[in-house]
Amino acid sequence: MNKHDKDKQPTPTTNSEPSQKLLDTKVSRRDMLRLTGATGLGLLLGGGAMGSLLSRGGTAAKAPVAPVQADSSIPFYANHQAGILTPAQNFLYFAAFDLTTTKLSDVKKLLQEWTTAAAALTTGRLVGNTNDSPNLPPSDTGEADGLTPSRCTLTFGVGPSFFDERFGLAGQRPSSLADLPPFVGDNLDPAWCGGDLCVQACADDLQVAFHAIRNLARIARGTAVLRWTQEGFQRTGEADPKNGTPRNLLGFKDGTGNPDVTDEAEMNKIVWQGSGDGPAWMNGGTYMAVRRVRFRIEVWDRSSLSDQEATFGRHRQSGAPIGARDEFDKLDLKAADASGKPLIPADSHSALAHGDGTVKMLRRSYSYSGGLNAKTGQLDAGLLFISFQRDLVKQFVTIQQRLSRNDRLNEYMVHVGSAVFACFPGVREGGFIGDTLLG
Amino acid sequence: MKFSYAVPASLLAASILFTGCASNNTNGNTAQSTNGAGTNTATNAPAATADAAKTAEAADFTSAIEQYRTFVIEQCDLFVKETEKFTGAVKAGQIEEAKKLYAPTRMYYERIEPIAEALGDLDPHIDARENDVDPAEWRGFHKLEKALWEDKTTAGSEETADQLLKDAQLLRAKVETVEIDANLLVTGAVELLNEVSSSKVTGEEERYSHTDLYDFVANVEGAQKIYELLKPELAKKDAALEQTIGERFAALQAELAPFKSGDGYVSYQQLKEDEVRKLSQNLDALAEPLSNMGTILGV
Ligand code: HEM
Repeated sequence: MNKHDKDKQPTPTTNSEPSQKLLDTKVSRRDMLRLTGATGLGLLLGGGAMGSLLSRGGTAAKAPVAPVQADSSIPFYANHQAGILTPAQNFLYFAAFDLTTTKLSDVKKLLQEWTTAAAALTTGRLVGNTNDSPNLPPSDTGEADGLTPSRCTLTFGVGPSFFDERFGLAGQRPSSLADLPPFVGDNLDPAWCGGDLCVQACADDLQVAFHAIRNLARIARGTAVLRWTQEGFQRTGEADPKNGTPRNLLGFKDGTGNPDVTDEAEMNKIVWQGSGDGPAWMNGGTYMAVRRVRFRIEVWDRSSLSDQEATFGRHRQSGAPIGARDEFDKLDLKAADASGKPLIPADSHSALAHGDGTVKMLRRSYSYSGGLNAKTGQLDAGLLFISFQRDLVKQFVTIQQRLSRNDRLNEYMVHVGSAVFACFPGVREGGFIGDTLLG
Repeated sequence: MKFSYAVPASLLAASILFTGCASNNTNGNTAQSTNGAGTNTATNAPAATADAAKTAEAADFTSAIEQYRTFVIEQCDLFVKETEKFTGAVKAGQIEEAKKLYAPTRMYYERIEPIAEALGDLDPHIDARENDVDPAEWRGFHKLEKALWEDKTTAGSEETADQLLKDAQLLRAKVETVEIDANLLVTGAVELLNEVSSSKVTGEEERYSHTDLYDFVANVEGAQKIYELLKPELAKKDAALEQTIGERFAALQAELAPFKSGDGYVSYQQLKEDEVRKLSQNLDALAEPLSNMGTILGV
């Protein structure tokens, strides 16, 4: 929520307080005062209460509440991993890794070291403790020194290849965690696919997110290497003080139809693996689908407003279903015009994705811009589609099969990257990422 | 010049100075009181550090430095000898012979590159690539490389050949007096691997002969020599780090092995993109813990 906007103003450095530096405290007293002022009762009420207060107004009903602390940090240790139900931060830095070791003990050690680092990175502390030794390279790379945590979350997962013959874990692979089947129109580039591990870094500051991935990759050297990375963005909280649903690069509000993340029962139904669903180590975890979808921006820009709206089945300006007025009006697929023609085309993206409304998922995508395609001179931009679900086959594959065959949107986009990951349940203090599997 | 502690030419005449270890010992090298005892995430060497640090006394690098000096002089002697053969072939117009001698000769130099870099202008004189220096001042190995592989003639290269031999001899003379301390060893080892990362891995070093793998291997060997010499001290201070570095050297060597060909190495052009990427990643995996060898200097 937008209280964090205040955090993003230049932070006065407090050199006069060396003791604070020793404690690795990233939020100076002045910041605290500013924050208190900015959020009124915020500090008195504590993180959780403040979160819910702030979620009122705008799209309150849809805006998920994550405990956010006054210093803009989101707790790393929790029942579920952060970065899933957490309201999407301004920026994403996504990284897929390949393991270079074949020893499970190395993997375990890496995840333990990542846990320690993640706890520091998400609270704005420096990584490691050799940051002041003249004879050593500093253990933290330093570019986030003095920055607030910026609601940084780090979400970790393992891909299907993690369960191949290398580590003897084949028997632990959740059944829905497999490379996605080919879909009609896929144009996948192996350079944007797969990965043994993933880290989704989100933060309200891109430098904070980059710093997190950079340091995790550094720690991994000798055990794992980066396979592919993608930066993502959406409009910032500052640019949208009303905190409306963000628009994707095709100009449409994206996220309207998402389930309500504050509804625990709904989340247990749609997002979190329950006991009995799959291997016990994933209870409280979730499955992530990632698709790098390039937009045919130039083609889209040449299509008329009514074509664009028919493509999504929604009005561009309001985000409302065609024929309705309010963004959050019910998506009524039976609504028809005088001649009996459905207002929302059956092959529109919303209609197909919605189907009969029984299959749902939680989308948490970011826009990306990858510069220019040197061959065509066209923009390489689109969506890093990310969704979380309890079962990849029953949810993601089911919907994507419908979409890939008939979606009007297919004319304007092409899927170039693909990966799936099992995101572990949350980490408890004293534990480590993935300890339910490797502990 | 990459080393701030390079000795000014006027001092080079002076006798060998081992001030490095002395100063390291005197500036209160109480490693056990520092935060080096904590986990060092970047080196994958957690708990073991704590115990090792407790036993730290002022480390003695005298013998390591002596041995390194012997190694450097040995390499320099061979370097001069082989350069003589190489430049002889160039001057005699024996192109094929010269091409054969080129890369193996350079390896003696590449193993001790940081030392040469500490000696003023010698490195650019011997090893500058075409656009590293003013065209009028370009000389050394790579100028001859271009003549041999690109121009395919040695005509007009006599002067460059003579000059190169003289530079090699000057290096040999100066190396007697270079100040070597523990810090130079530690930095030098990392420096050698950085050389590989920034120019060899990309195939930019030997743009005409594509013999980059020879330099690659020699730089790694030079770093490994230093690691071997510091190993006893390192094992005392941080056994896990010492072990990790050893394992990563082995992994990199295993990665390089398939590219051996006869006494030498295949052309860098034969490497596929993913093979280069893998070499590069293995190199980074080694260089990261190696860069923490400075822990023996006290943190
Ligand atoms: C990458 C191209 C895509 C774009 C630009 C896109 C955009 C949109 C937009 C604008 C909406 C309407 C607003 C909303 O409900 O959030 C929507 C709805 C939705 N999309 Fe997508 N989407 C894309 C791909 C996908 C994929 C690959 C899937 C899943 C396989 C998917 C699943 C859904 C679902 C489930 C809804 C909500 C439908 C409902 O109202 O029940 N989308 N999408």
